[in-house]
Amino acid sequence: MPLHKRAYKSYLAISIQILLFELNRKKISQDRLQRESGVYVVMKKWLQKGRLVSLFAMLALLLMGCGDPTLSALIPQGEVADKQFQLMLISISIMILVLVVVFVLYAFVLLKFRKKKGDTSTPKQVEGNHMLELLWTVIPILLLIILAVPTVMRTFEFSADAKPASKNELSIKVTGHQYWWEFEYPKEEVITSQELVLPADTKVHVELSSADVIHSFWIPSLAGKTDTNPGDKNKNYMWFDTGSKTDVVYKGKCAELCGASHALMDFKVRVVSKEDYKNWVASFKAADGKSSANANGQQVFEKNCLSCHAVGQEGGNTGPSLTGFGDKDRVAGILEHNKENLKEWIKDPQEVKPGNNMPKVNLSDEEIDAVSDYLLGLKLK
Amino acid sequence: MATHESHKKRSGLMDWLTTVDHKKIGILYLLAGGFFFLIGGLEAILMRIQLMEPDSKIFTGELYNQLLTMHGTTMIFLAAMPIIFGFMNAILPLQIGARDVAFPYVNAVGFWLFFFGGLLLNLSWFLGGAPEAGWTAYAPLSTVAEDTGVDFYVLGLQIAGAGTLAGGINFLVTVINMRAPGMTFMRMPLFTWASFVTSGLILFAFPALTVGFFLLMFERVFDANFFNPDMGGNVLIWEHIFWIFGHPEVYILILPAFGIISEVVSTFSSKRLFGYSAMVFATVLIGFLGFMVWVHHMFTVGLGPVANSIFAVATMAIAIPTGVKIFNWIFTMWGGQIRFTTAMLFAVGFIPTFVMGGVTGVMLSVPAADYQYHDSYFVVAHFHYVIVGGLILGLFSGLYYWYPRMFNRVLNETLGKWNFWLFFIGFHLTFFPQHWLGLMGMPRRVYTYMSGQQLDGANFVSTIGAILMGLGTIVLLINIIISASSKHAASKDPWDGRTLEWAMPVPTPEYNFAQTPLVRGLDALYVEKAAGNGEMTPAEPVGEIHMPNGSILPFFLSLGMFVAGFGFIYSNWIVAIVGLGGVLVTMFLRSVIDDHGYHIHKEEVEADIKGGRA
Repeated sequence: MPLHKRAYKSYLAISIQILLFELNRKKISQDRLQRESGVYVVMKKWLQKGRLVSLFAMLALLLMGCGDPTLSALIPQGEVADKQFQLMLISISIMILVLVVVFVLYAFVLLKFRKKKGDTSTPKQVEGNHMLELLWTVIPILLLIILAVPTVMRTFEFSADAKPASKNELSIKVTGHQYWWEFEYPKEEVITSQELVLPADTKVHVELSSADVIHSFWIPSLAGKTDTNPGDKNKNYMWFDTGSKTDVVYKGKCAELCGASHALMDFKVRVVSKEDYKNWVASFKAADGKSSANANGQQVFEKNCLSCHAVGQEGGNTGPSLTGFGDKDRVAGILEHNKENLKEWIKDPQEVKPGNNMPKVNLSDEEIDAVSDYLLGLKLK
Repeated sequence: MATHESHKKRSGLMDWLTTVDHKKIGILYLLAGGFFFLIGGLEAILMRIQLMEPDSKIFTGELYNQLLTMHGTTMIFLAAMPIIFGFMNAILPLQIGARDVAFPYVNAVGFWLFFFGGLLLNLSWFLGGAPEAGWTAYAPLSTVAEDTGVDFYVLGLQIAGAGTLAGGINFLVTVINMRAPGMTFMRMPLFTWASFVTSGLILFAFPALTVGFFLLMFERVFDANFFNPDMGGNVLIWEHIFWIFGHPEVYILILPAFGIISEVVSTFSSKRLFGYSAMVFATVLIGFLGFMVWVHHMFTVGLGPVANSIFAVATMAIAIPTGVKIFNWIFTMWGGQIRFTTAMLFAVGFIPTFVMGGVTGVMLSVPAADYQYHDSYFVVAHFHYVIVGGLILGLFSGLYYWYPRMFNRVLNETLGKWNFWLFFIGFHLTFFPQHWLGLMGMPRRVYTYMSGQQLDGANFVSTIGAILMGLGTIVLLINIIISASSKHAASKDPWDGRTLEWAMPVPTPEYNFAQTPLVRGLDALYVEKAAGNGEMTPAEPVGEIHMPNGSILPFFLSLGMFVAGFGFIYSNWIVAIVGLGGVLVTMFLRSVIDDHGYHIHKEEVEADIKGGRA
């Protein structure tokens, strides 16, 4: 089969898939949907049918596997990221087609029509050619229509049902702060920070806002970004699917310049099995400041830190909640999770994360040592 | 006219400070823009050095944000636009057979306002720190910043922007009113057309920015609350206003480059432009559509699927006239005799590079996929492909092409080729890997990235590329210095040109054409060459030429704005009043002092013609 027919067939396959998805959305169960819509599955089918040479498949292979599997948008893990990757493939295919046509024509012209030495003739002065000009106006229009159809469909799809339809669906509130993330699970009555824990194979509804400047919430592996705007009028809503993998930690980023430590405003998304998720919620709610057995450190913490940082039901909310801090992946969202880094952070927060709002608390080395031990001992059961 | 006003011939520095001659103002724009281009480039290289390795700590936090803000702001407002204005000033009046622009005095005001605005903005480095909220200065990041950086940004750009607006209006009037006999709209060279459309875009886009800057200034200096949600404001107002200006700005930048490429491709293929009327129509259409697409900068802001889809399709539509241009350039070369001079090399490099920037632009127009691309390095790669790979290559091409006309010297071709290859290869090394960085999860405007995220390799390559681009620019500087010290004057028509700017002797006489030429077709000079005349037929007998007098007032008017800018930045009302008072005094003087200009006598013009000077 000629190449262009193959590419066209691939496009059709994906477009039909989108259409089918639209029509059957309500009927198909989440799991099946996940299985059937994946680019991987399509690819697998092609592989089985020996269509690997297809332009589309080659492209997908070329792009897939680029980057860190917990960070790269080219290695999509959830339904939304998967469909966004499909859109990338459709648009890249069309664009590569355009590039190839232009480059081949261009190379030909540059090689063929160089001025020869000693040639003093004058080239024929051509005004234009209506047929050609019509051709390169109409063909791009057709290509763009091909691109516009899935574009508009997906754009509507991603914003539809962003707000949860019933109370049973998982919904979270994300609030951006300079430079950390607050995650609230309203139904579960859990407020945590820096690390989202989510059950696998679940559609998550997200409400986004900001406590200060504009940030942007981005988990490349699972879904594209949405801005968190300050002010009630500009709350945003999005949804994403957590994918089928469990016990995996995806990397999240702030994607809108938000100040000196914008580069350091990372967060993590830990996807666990549904059962583990239930256990996590239960143990999070049960946790309190006594879960760490370091009386000295606890005293220092309660005296100096509790007014901003919550542990369990106690404490303020101007800083990130530290419930279950011992289980976290990172110190201050960025440093490796060990005592040395924690001490460094408490000693001089500005040195680690310039411009952040945590004050340098006047603590002795012994006190910092004790409070670090205490914090690292705050583990969920 | 019988009045012969006395005419003071000024020389040296005073001549440059008082000039209203479009050719000299063009050189001033080029020098000042070139200077800011070097500063902006240095800032870029510093950023790339910081990003060369993961977890690097050379320029971090606030300092890095200052670098990225000043790099973007400087390159757009103080380098790219002034260099474009430099070419528009130096070449456009020649291309339409005019003696000068319509308002020479306003032209000087425009230049000095830009110059002092840019100076004010850059002085922030030494006065408490540069702005750090990005060239987009999104509220509330820009309104809550406590230092004076953003104040310098607002006031500096407000003053420079006023100059740009004045320049834009001036060129609109010039093109409409000052064309030589026979130079109909559909015979204008494409650079003139592009500059005309760009000036129209400036006229409609810059007022939006002016309003935005006033809101931001009032919010910062007088504690207004336009963008403060706690006081009933809305942060998105700024984003809309900024991009209503910001997107047309992209076309303000790129259209003149399209114009330059059209001239260069046509000249060095020895062919008239293929599909001229389609090219004109495409230019106008791009300019028009440029106002309909600003929301594609805001797809992730949460405006909803209807707005996002409409703006997506409108954005895709721009690809069509742009594609028309690309094919018309290629078919201009088709059947021609291509001469690979440095100017042509830059144009030849421009076309595929710009196509690559264009296709990523179409990819970005897909909102649902843009949620992944937005504010990532993919976007950084895209807009550098269009602005550096498009605009800057176009400006380099124009520089090598028009250098003999502007400076009476030809730039060295061997060095020019080094300049091209270093810059071109460096450019692709820098920005091609950035597409991947973005897709692999690297947000833009970050001062560092952690190791272990598979982002190290591409970042390293990118920095190496940036250094090569820097080397290419140094070669250009060397080339300019060598040419300035050489004694070989350029010939009047070194490239076998087709348009009117090559129909005068070098150096270009201060009155341009001794006799206004009669234009008999597109590519006016080529028409005469083909008819065997070799030079333009005059449309008028030799006569007295009326010239405007130079004036120091534009300099002082702009200086007054500069002083007032400091007053507002530091809320020192005495300084502000003194500055604005100075502006009013110069305006008053301009109104009451009668200045009818002076005349160059017929005998002098005749002597010039006889001596080969006109």
